Amino acid sequence: MSDFTMRIDGREVPAARGQTILEVAGNAGIEIPTLCHHEQLEPHGGCRLCIVELDFGEWTRLVVSCVYQAKPDLEVRTRSGKVDKLRKIILELLLAHAPDSELLKELAAEYGANRTRFEQEPSFCVHCGLCVRYCAEVKGAHAVGFIDRGVRKEIAFLPEIAKEVCEDCKECFPLCPTSYAQAAYVLMDALSTR
Amino acid sequence: MIKRTVDHTSVDEIIDRYDGEKSFLIQVLLDLQAEQHWLQKDALSRISERLEVPLMRIQHIATFYKAFSLVPKGRHQVHVCTGTACHVRGAGRVLHTVEELIDIRPGETDLDLKFSLETVNCLGCCALGPVIEIDGKAHGKVTSGKTAEVLKGYE
Ligand code: SF4
Ligand code: FES
Repeated sequence: MSDFTMRIDGREVPAARGQTILEVAGNAGIEIPTLCHHEQLEPHGGCRLCIVELDFGEWTRLVVSCVYQAKPDLEVRTRSGKVDKLRKIILELLLAHAPDSELLKELAAEYGANRTRFEQEPSFCVHCGLCVRYCAEVKGAHAVGFIDRGVRKEIAFLPEIAKEVCEDCKECFPLCPTSYAQAAYVLMDALSTR
Repeated sequence: MIKRTVDHTSVDEIIDRYDGEKSFLIQVLLDLQAEQHWLQKDALSRISERLEVPLMRIQHIATFYKAFSLVPKGRHQVHVCTGTACHVRGAGRVLHTVEELIDIRPGETDLDLKFSLETVNCLGCCALGPVIEIDGKAHGKVTSGKTAEVLKGYE
Protein backbone atom coordinates (compact mmCIF):
# COMPACT_ATOMS: atom_id res chain seq x y z
CA MET A 1 0.00 0.00 0.00
CA SER A 2 2.18 2.83 -1.17
CA ASP A 3 1.04 6.30 -2.18
CA PHE A 4 4.32 7.60 -3.50
CA THR A 5 8.04 6.97 -3.45
CA MET A 6 10.96 8.80 -1.94
CA ARG A 7 14.69 8.21 -1.79
CA ILE A 8 16.60 7.02 1.24
CA ASP A 9 20.36 6.58 0.99
CA GLY A 10 20.04 6.61 -2.78
CA ARG A 11 17.38 3.91 -2.89
CA GLU A 12 13.90 4.43 -4.28
CA VAL A 13 11.50 3.31 -1.54
CA PRO A 14 7.69 3.16 -1.32
CA ALA A 15 5.93 5.31 1.26
CA ALA A 16 2.37 5.99 2.37
CA ARG A 17 0.76 9.22 3.49
CA GLY A 18 0.94 9.71 7.24
CA GLN A 19 4.04 7.57 7.68
CA THR A 20 7.13 8.97 9.30
CA ILE A 21 10.53 8.75 7.64
CA LEU A 22 11.50 6.24 10.31
CA GLU A 23 8.61 3.96 9.37
CA VAL A 24 9.34 4.21 5.68
CA ALA A 25 12.99 3.36 6.30
CA GLY A 26 12.06 0.49 8.59
CA ASN A 27 9.74 -1.03 5.98
CA ALA A 28 12.52 -0.85 3.43
CA GLY A 29 14.94 -2.54 5.82
CA ILE A 30 17.03 0.59 6.32
CA GLU A 31 18.14 1.01 9.89
CA ILE A 32 18.07 4.30 11.79
CA PRO A 33 19.17 4.29 15.42
CA THR A 34 16.46 5.24 17.94
CA LEU A 35 16.25 5.49 21.66
CA CYS A 36 12.88 6.93 22.66
CA HIS A 37 10.87 5.38 19.84
CA HIS A 38 8.48 2.48 20.39
CA GLU A 39 6.12 0.97 17.86
CA GLN A 40 3.15 0.91 20.18
CA LEU A 41 3.56 4.48 21.34
CA GLU A 42 2.78 7.88 19.88
CA PRO A 43 5.82 9.48 18.24
CA HIS A 44 7.73 11.37 20.89
CA GLY A 45 10.85 12.94 19.37
CA GLY A 46 12.68 13.19 22.67
CA CYS A 47 16.16 11.79 22.17
CA ARG A 48 17.01 13.18 18.71
CA LEU A 49 19.20 10.17 17.96
CA CYS A 50 17.15 9.35 14.86
CA ILE A 51 18.00 12.58 13.02
CA VAL A 52 18.56 12.30 9.29
CA GLU A 53 19.62 14.76 6.61
CA LEU A 54 17.27 15.93 3.87
CA ASP A 55 18.00 17.81 0.69
CA PHE A 56 16.20 21.10 0.89
CA GLY A 57 16.67 23.10 -2.27
CA GLU A 58 20.31 23.99 -2.35
CA TRP A 59 20.57 23.37 1.35
CA THR A 60 20.31 20.33 3.49
CA ARG A 61 18.23 20.06 6.62
CA LEU A 62 18.44 17.88 9.70
CA VAL A 63 15.09 16.48 10.80
CA VAL A 64 13.94 14.05 13.45
CA SER A 65 12.90 11.00 11.46
CA CYS A 66 10.55 9.47 14.07
CA VAL A 67 8.23 12.49 13.89
CA TYR A 68 8.91 13.87 10.39
CA GLN A 69 6.26 12.89 7.88
CA ALA A 70 7.27 11.24 4.65
CA LYS A 71 6.63 13.31 1.51
CA PRO A 72 6.93 12.52 -2.19
CA ASP A 73 10.39 13.04 -3.63
CA LEU A 74 12.23 13.48 -0.36
CA GLU A 75 15.92 12.75 -0.62
CA VAL A 76 17.01 11.38 2.76
CA ARG A 77 20.45 10.40 4.05
CA THR A 78 20.48 8.32 7.21
CA ARG A 79 24.24 8.70 7.58
CA SER A 80 26.34 11.69 6.64
CA GLY A 81 29.16 13.68 8.17
CA LYS A 82 26.72 16.04 9.88
CA VAL A 83 24.36 13.31 11.06
CA ASP A 84 27.16 11.19 12.48
CA LYS A 85 28.74 14.12 14.28
CA LEU A 86 25.45 15.07 15.94
CA ARG A 87 24.66 11.50 16.93
CA LYS A 88 28.12 11.26 18.45
CA ILE A 89 27.57 14.34 20.60
CA ILE A 90 24.08 13.25 21.64
CA LEU A 91 25.52 9.91 22.71
CA GLU A 92 28.32 11.57 24.64
CA LEU A 93 25.80 13.70 26.51
CA LEU A 94 23.59 10.70 27.27
CA LEU A 95 26.60 8.68 28.41
CA ALA A 96 27.44 11.34 30.98
CA HIS A 97 24.14 10.38 32.62
CA ALA A 98 24.15 6.65 32.00
CA PRO A 99 27.78 5.59 31.51
CA ASP A 100 27.07 1.87 31.75
CA SER A 101 24.04 1.50 29.54
CA GLU A 102 24.76 -1.39 27.18
CA LEU A 103 22.63 0.11 24.45
CA LEU A 104 24.43 3.43 24.66
CA LYS A 105 27.84 1.75 24.77
CA GLU A 106 27.06 -0.18 21.60
CA LEU A 107 25.92 2.95 19.80
CA ALA A 108 28.94 4.82 21.15
CA ALA A 109 31.25 2.28 19.55
CA GLU A 110 29.43 2.67 16.25
CA TYR A 111 29.65 6.46 16.23
CA GLY A 112 33.02 6.83 17.92
CA ALA A 113 31.52 8.60 20.90
CA ASN A 114 33.85 9.21 23.81
CA ARG A 115 32.28 7.99 27.03
CA THR A 116 34.17 10.46 29.16
CA ARG A 117 34.04 13.57 27.04
CA PHE A 118 31.63 15.26 29.42
CA GLU A 119 31.86 15.19 33.17
CA GLN A 120 30.00 12.15 34.45
CA GLU A 121 26.82 12.92 36.28
CA PRO A 122 25.10 9.57 36.56
CA SER A 123 21.41 10.09 37.01
CA PHE A 124 20.90 6.82 35.09
CA CYS A 125 17.55 7.92 33.69
CA VAL A 126 17.98 9.61 30.33
CA HIS A 127 14.40 10.91 30.24
CA CYS A 128 13.44 8.92 27.16
CA GLY A 129 9.96 8.61 28.68
CA LEU A 130 9.48 5.04 27.44
CA CYS A 131 8.42 3.71 30.84
CA VAL A 132 6.12 6.66 31.49
CA ARG A 133 4.49 6.64 28.07
CA TYR A 134 4.16 2.87 27.91
CA CYS A 135 2.47 2.76 31.30
CA ALA A 136 0.05 5.49 30.27
CA GLU A 137 -0.58 4.75 26.61
CA VAL A 138 -0.46 0.97 26.43
CA LYS A 139 -1.36 -0.12 29.95
CA GLY A 140 -3.50 2.85 30.92
CA ALA A 141 -2.17 2.36 34.43
CA HIS A 142 -0.31 5.64 35.09
CA ALA A 143 1.79 3.96 37.76
CA VAL A 144 4.99 5.75 36.79
CA GLY A 145 5.49 9.32 35.70
CA PHE A 146 7.80 12.28 35.70
CA ILE A 147 8.04 14.60 38.66
CA ASP A 148 9.78 17.94 39.16
CA ARG A 149 11.40 19.78 36.28
CA GLY A 150 14.64 20.91 34.69
CA VAL A 151 17.75 19.32 36.17
CA ARG A 152 15.70 17.81 38.99
CA LYS A 153 13.21 16.04 36.73
CA GLU A 154 13.04 12.33 37.44
CA ILE A 155 10.70 9.39 37.16
CA ALA A 156 8.74 8.16 40.13
CA PHE A 157 6.40 5.26 40.74
CA LEU A 158 3.23 6.11 42.57
CA PRO A 159 3.18 3.58 45.42
CA GLU A 160 -0.63 3.28 45.69
CA ILE A 161 -0.97 2.34 42.05
CA ALA A 162 2.34 0.56 41.55
CA LYS A 163 1.58 -1.84 44.42
CA GLU A 164 -1.59 -2.86 42.64
CA VAL A 165 -0.43 -3.22 39.07
CA CYS A 166 3.37 -3.45 38.71
CA GLU A 167 3.99 -6.86 40.26
CA ASP A 168 2.11 -8.58 37.43
CA CYS A 169 3.35 -6.31 34.65
CA LYS A 170 6.92 -5.00 34.80
CA GLU A 171 6.72 -4.58 31.05
CA CYS A 172 8.52 -1.24 31.20
CA PHE A 173 11.70 -2.74 32.67
CA PRO A 174 13.07 -4.19 29.43
CA LEU A 175 12.13 -1.00 27.55
CA CYS A 176 14.42 1.14 29.66
CA PRO A 177 17.77 1.82 27.99
CA THR A 178 19.52 2.04 31.37
CA SER A 179 17.72 -0.27 33.87
CA TYR A 180 16.75 2.77 35.87
CA ALA A 181 13.02 2.07 35.62
CA GLN A 182 13.54 -1.23 37.39
CA ALA A 183 15.85 0.34 39.99
CA ALA A 184 13.32 3.07 40.73
CA TYR A 185 10.58 0.48 41.14
CA VAL A 186 12.58 -1.70 43.50
CA LEU A 187 13.53 1.32 45.58
CA MET A 188 9.93 2.49 45.79
CA ASP A 189 8.82 -1.01 46.74
CA ALA A 190 11.41 -1.23 49.49
CA LEU A 191 10.63 2.18 50.91
CA SER A 192 6.86 2.13 50.98
CA THR A 193 4.64 0.09 53.19
CA ARG A 194 1.40 -1.30 52.08
CA MET B 1 -4.49 0.61 62.13
CA ILE B 2 -6.62 3.67 62.58
CA LYS B 3 -8.54 4.50 59.48
CA ARG B 4 -8.58 8.20 58.89
CA THR B 5 -11.87 9.50 57.67
CA VAL B 6 -11.13 12.22 55.24
CA ASP B 7 -13.37 15.21 54.92
CA HIS B 8 -13.55 16.22 51.31
CA THR B 9 -16.05 19.05 51.62
CA SER B 10 -13.58 21.87 51.08
CA VAL B 11 -11.97 20.11 48.11
CA ASP B 12 -15.34 19.27 46.62
CA GLU B 13 -16.40 22.87 47.00
CA ILE B 14 -13.41 24.01 44.95
CA ILE B 15 -14.04 21.37 42.30
CA ASP B 16 -17.70 22.38 42.07
CA ARG B 17 -16.68 25.97 41.40
CA TYR B 18 -15.36 24.69 38.09
CA ASP B 19 -18.17 22.20 37.47
CA GLY B 20 -15.77 19.30 37.86
CA GLU B 21 -14.27 20.22 34.51
CA LYS B 22 -10.94 18.48 33.77
CA SER B 23 -9.42 21.42 31.98
CA PHE B 24 -9.60 23.49 35.18
CA LEU B 25 -7.20 21.18 36.98
CA ILE B 26 -4.50 23.81 37.50
CA GLN B 27 -7.05 26.36 38.68
CA VAL B 28 -8.41 23.85 41.19
CA LEU B 29 -4.90 23.18 42.45
CA LEU B 30 -4.17 26.91 42.73
CA ASP B 31 -7.34 27.50 44.77
CA LEU B 32 -6.51 24.59 47.03
CA GLN B 33 -2.98 25.86 47.53
CA ALA B 34 -4.31 29.34 48.36
CA GLU B 35 -6.86 28.02 50.85
CA GLN B 36 -4.92 25.29 52.60
CA HIS B 37 -1.36 26.47 51.91
CA TRP B 38 -0.39 23.07 50.58
CA LEU B 39 -1.66 20.18 48.49
CA GLN B 40 -2.43 17.18 50.65
CA LYS B 41 -2.23 13.76 49.15
CA ASP B 42 -5.80 12.89 50.10
CA ALA B 43 -6.99 16.02 48.39
CA LEU B 44 -5.03 15.19 45.25
CA SER B 45 -6.55 11.72 45.18
CA ARG B 46 -9.99 13.25 45.49
CA ILE B 47 -9.30 15.66 42.64
CA SER B 48 -7.99 12.78 40.54
CA GLU B 49 -11.18 10.84 41.19
CA ARG B 50 -13.56 13.67 40.48
CA LEU B 51 -11.83 15.24 37.49
CA GLU B 52 -10.90 11.84 36.12
CA VAL B 53 -7.27 12.79 35.71
CA PRO B 54 -4.67 10.15 36.64
CA LEU B 55 -3.05 10.90 40.01
CA MET B 56 0.40 10.54 38.43
CA ARG B 57 -0.41 13.39 36.07
CA ILE B 58 -1.52 15.58 38.93
CA GLN B 59 1.70 14.79 40.80
CA HIS B 60 3.68 15.81 37.75
CA ILE B 61 1.91 19.14 37.57
CA ALA B 62 2.02 19.69 41.33
CA THR B 63 5.79 19.16 41.37
CA PHE B 64 6.42 21.07 38.15
CA TYR B 65 5.14 24.49 39.19
CA LYS B 66 6.78 26.37 42.01
CA ALA B 67 3.42 27.80 43.06
CA PHE B 68 2.44 24.41 44.50
CA SER B 69 3.73 22.77 47.63
CA LEU B 70 3.35 19.18 48.77
CA VAL B 71 4.38 20.07 52.30
CA PRO B 72 2.55 22.51 54.57
CA LYS B 73 3.38 26.15 54.02
CA GLY B 74 2.88 29.00 56.46
CA ARG B 75 -0.08 31.35 56.41
CA HIS B 76 2.19 34.11 55.09
CA GLN B 77 4.66 33.78 52.25
CA VAL B 78 7.75 35.88 52.77
CA HIS B 79 9.85 36.48 49.68
CA VAL B 80 13.18 38.20 50.10
CA CYS B 81 14.56 39.53 46.84
CA THR B 82 18.21 38.68 46.33
CA GLY B 83 18.38 39.88 42.74
CA THR B 84 21.37 41.94 41.68
CA ALA B 85 19.99 45.35 42.60
CA CYS B 86 18.67 44.23 45.98
CA HIS B 87 21.86 42.29 46.57
CA VAL B 88 24.08 45.34 46.24
CA ARG B 89 21.69 47.32 48.40
CA GLY B 90 21.99 44.92 51.28
CA ALA B 91 19.56 42.06 50.66
CA GLY B 92 21.98 39.76 52.46
CA ARG B 93 21.55 41.68 55.70
CA VAL B 94 17.78 41.80 55.28
CA LEU B 95 17.62 38.06 54.66
CA HIS B 96 19.78 37.45 57.70
CA THR B 97 17.42 39.55 59.83
CA VAL B 98 14.37 37.65 58.58
CA GLU B 99 16.08 34.33 59.24
CA GLU B 100 16.92 35.43 62.78
CA LEU B 101 13.45 36.76 63.51
CA ILE B 102 11.40 33.81 62.35
CA ASP B 103 14.15 31.27 62.84
CA ILE B 104 13.93 29.49 59.49
CA ARG B 105 16.10 29.29 56.37
CA PRO B 106 14.88 29.87 52.81
CA GLY B 107 12.61 27.03 51.68
CA GLU B 108 11.43 26.35 55.23
CA THR B 109 8.29 27.01 57.24
CA ASP B 110 8.19 27.75 60.97
CA LEU B 111 6.62 25.35 63.45
CA ASP B 112 3.58 27.55 64.02
CA LEU B 113 2.91 27.50 60.27
CA LYS B 114 2.93 31.26 60.33
CA PHE B 115 5.66 32.10 57.82
CA SER B 116 7.29 30.40 54.87
CA LEU B 117 10.49 31.94 53.60
CA GLU B 118 11.84 31.97 50.04
CA THR B 119 14.43 33.99 48.24
CA VAL B 120 13.48 35.28 44.80
CA ASN B 121 15.65 36.59 42.03
CA CYS B 122 13.88 39.79 41.07
CA LEU B 123 10.52 41.23 41.94
CA GLY B 124 10.69 43.83 39.20
CA CYS B 125 10.92 46.89 41.42
CA CYS B 126 14.68 47.29 41.76
CA ALA B 127 14.42 51.02 42.51
CA LEU B 128 12.80 50.12 45.82
CA GLY B 129 15.53 47.67 46.83
CA PRO B 130 16.10 45.95 49.05
CA VAL B 131 12.63 44.56 48.77
CA ILE B 132 10.72 41.94 50.69
CA GLU B 133 7.31 40.78 49.59
CA ILE B 134 4.82 39.29 51.98
CA ASP B 135 1.68 37.67 50.58
CA GLY B 136 2.17 39.59 47.38
CA LYS B 137 2.59 42.98 49.03
CA ALA B 138 5.99 44.58 48.41
CA HIS B 139 7.82 46.43 51.16
CA GLY B 140 10.60 48.58 49.72
CA LYS B 141 13.80 50.13 51.06
CA VAL B 142 13.73 47.81 54.03
CA THR B 143 16.37 47.91 56.73
CA SER B 144 16.87 45.44 59.53
CA GLY B 145 14.76 47.58 61.85
CA LYS B 146 12.00 48.06 59.32
CA THR B 147 11.94 44.34 58.54
CA ALA B 148 11.22 43.54 62.16
CA GLU B 149 8.42 46.06 62.18
CA VAL B 150 6.86 44.75 59.01
CA LEU B 151 6.93 41.14 60.21
CA LYS B 152 5.27 42.13 63.47
CA GLY B 153 2.21 43.20 61.53
CA TYR B 154 1.34 39.60 60.57
CA GLU B 155 -0.65 37.21 62.64
S1 SF4 C 1 13.62 5.23 33.63
FE1 SF4 C 1 14.42 4.35 31.72
S2 SF4 C 1 12.63 4.12 30.42
FE2 SF4 C 1 12.02 5.49 32.04
S3 SF4 C 1 12.42 7.57 31.23
FE3 SF4 C 1 14.26 6.97 32.36
S4 SF4 C 1 15.62 6.06 30.85
FE4 SF4 C 1 13.56 6.11 29.92
S1 FES D 1 13.83 8.04 18.35
FE1 FES D 1 13.37 9.85 17.29
S2 FES D 1 13.79 11.37 18.77
FE2 FES D 1 14.12 9.53 19.88
